[in-house]
Amino acid sequence: MNSRKVYMDHSATTFVDRSVLERMLPFFSEKYGNPNSIHAWGREVRSSVDEARASVARLLNADPREILFTGGGSEADNLAIKGVAEVLSEKGRHVVTTAIEHHAVLDTVKWLGKQGYDVTILPVGPDGLVDVEVFRKAIRRDTILATVMYANNEVGTVQPIREMGTICRENGVLFHTDAVQAAGHIPIDVKDLPVDLLTMAAHKMYGPKGVGALYVRKGVRIAPLVHGGGQEFGLRSGTENTAGIVGFGAAADLAARRIESGEINEELRLRDRLIDGVLSRVGDSSLTGHRTFRLPFHASFCIRYIEGEAMLLRLDFAGIGASSGSACTSGSLEPSYVLLAMGLDHATAHGSLRLTLGKDTTEGDIDYILEMLPPIVQTLRAMSPFKKNA
Amino acid sequence: MSMYNEKVIAAFMNPKNVGAMENPDGVGEVGNPRCGDVMKIYLRVEDERIVDIRFETFGCAAAIATSSMATEMVKGRTVEEALKLTNKDVANALGGLPPEKIHCSLLAEEGIHAAVEDYRRRLEGLPSLPPRHDAVCHHDLGEEEENRGA
Repeated sequence: MNSRKVYMDHSATTFVDRSVLERMLPFFSEKYGNPNSIHAWGREVRSSVDEARASVARLLNADPREILFTGGGSEADNLAIKGVAEVLSEKGRHVVTTAIEHHAVLDTVKWLGKQGYDVTILPVGPDGLVDVEVFRKAIRRDTILATVMYANNEVGTVQPIREMGTICRENGVLFHTDAVQAAGHIPIDVKDLPVDLLTMAAHKMYGPKGVGALYVRKGVRIAPLVHGGGQEFGLRSGTENTAGIVGFGAAADLAARRIESGEINEELRLRDRLIDGVLSRVGDSSLTGHRTFRLPFHASFCIRYIEGEAMLLRLDFAGIGASSGSACTSGSLEPSYVLLAMGLDHATAHGSLRLTLGKDTTEGDIDYILEMLPPIVQTLRAMSPFKKNA
Repeated sequence: MSMYNEKVIAAFMNPKNVGAMENPDGVGEVGNPRCGDVMKIYLRVEDERIVDIRFETFGCAAAIATSSMATEMVKGRTVEEALKLTNKDVANALGGLPPEKIHCSLLAEEGIHAAVEDYRRRLEGLPSLPPRHDAVCHHDLGEEEENRGA
């Protein structure tokens, strides 16, 4: 067995970068004070939390006071959606979203639907893009919030956020975007981009799990989910996850450096080599999601005539960590709702494969995948009643 | 995926009796591409005994492992004995399957039964039945979880 290990599931989570971990470690046993305490122990940590907030704000060109730390991306999504719905319930009760949102958004919006809100779930095209004109028509007099993900986790498609945000602004509708996949990988400037609320998660950009952030544009009011000691400007009570927050700040600094230095472009070049290589070496395969409006680290495919879980398991034995939207990997009856929303048939969606690159992915890793994947596909197709040849 | 035991993994990585068969005496195709599993079983029968058996499966690791195990279990047996094969026998021979994968062993049982049925229809000069791509998936036999994206 080959001993090479190639982790290609950075969309699920990234490792914590060494530089990030080193900045976090003192906050467990040395700098353990509660940042809300007024003594030296507390003050020291408070200033580190403030620095981290400034770092995360800098990544978005936001004001530090516009950044709230949460217990992760899902919580930030919930806070944005429920928080706006509650504050504006007198103004209107209509919320717009899309069929391919992460469950943290989709299920939260559906939950609002059960609370008496009116919900519009927009379709997407075959490349996963929301049609801006369809979006425009969905906005009504009583619409209070639209929430559209910046980039999709399963297929990597980057949405026309600016256009949709502009429509919202013209109509006095608040606009939230779940940027968990995009933040730290694509330049985002909230001074320039018409978004009111934006979700981020540290563990998608080489920071720790269990810490997220919500950007809330100055002047936008939301209600808290968690009541208590009034931390995070009264919007997210609970003693701060100081090590996590410091880690998020360090991760944001790292992400800003990677974007500014053009390191992201190298990742994009490797991604394109992977996409082109898979499409040319594996017959009856296709890219899912948009080819160019796409996350720089994201490659996703449908490999016809075989099933995703079988492919993942064989890749795993070859030392390659990947993911799939097949029913067997999701543990549900249906394959990925994202792929189905893009119009793929069930059998094709069962053969989905996602390979997401990371900052340490090398040319050699891509070569290795391109060497290992075709024979695995060929072997499984030889067992398939649908088609024999890879 | 670590939920599979070593026997299941071994059967998945090195399955026996894989591939189509020329001029089989019976063919059974069961499952539903919508649900992500289709199993096709080919039989060669001499004097009511299964002298050769092949399978082609579109499906997860458990579907492939159960196909391999079920075909091994009935090879050399009479068709009457093959009809007595149950999904439990297949799952047990594999040292157990995760609850949400039990439907795969059921598919193997049905595939072999369908192939034997086809063999008997042919003996009587009846036409083959179309593939049994059930409208309903067997997945609901296992624990159902919500699809959670990462």
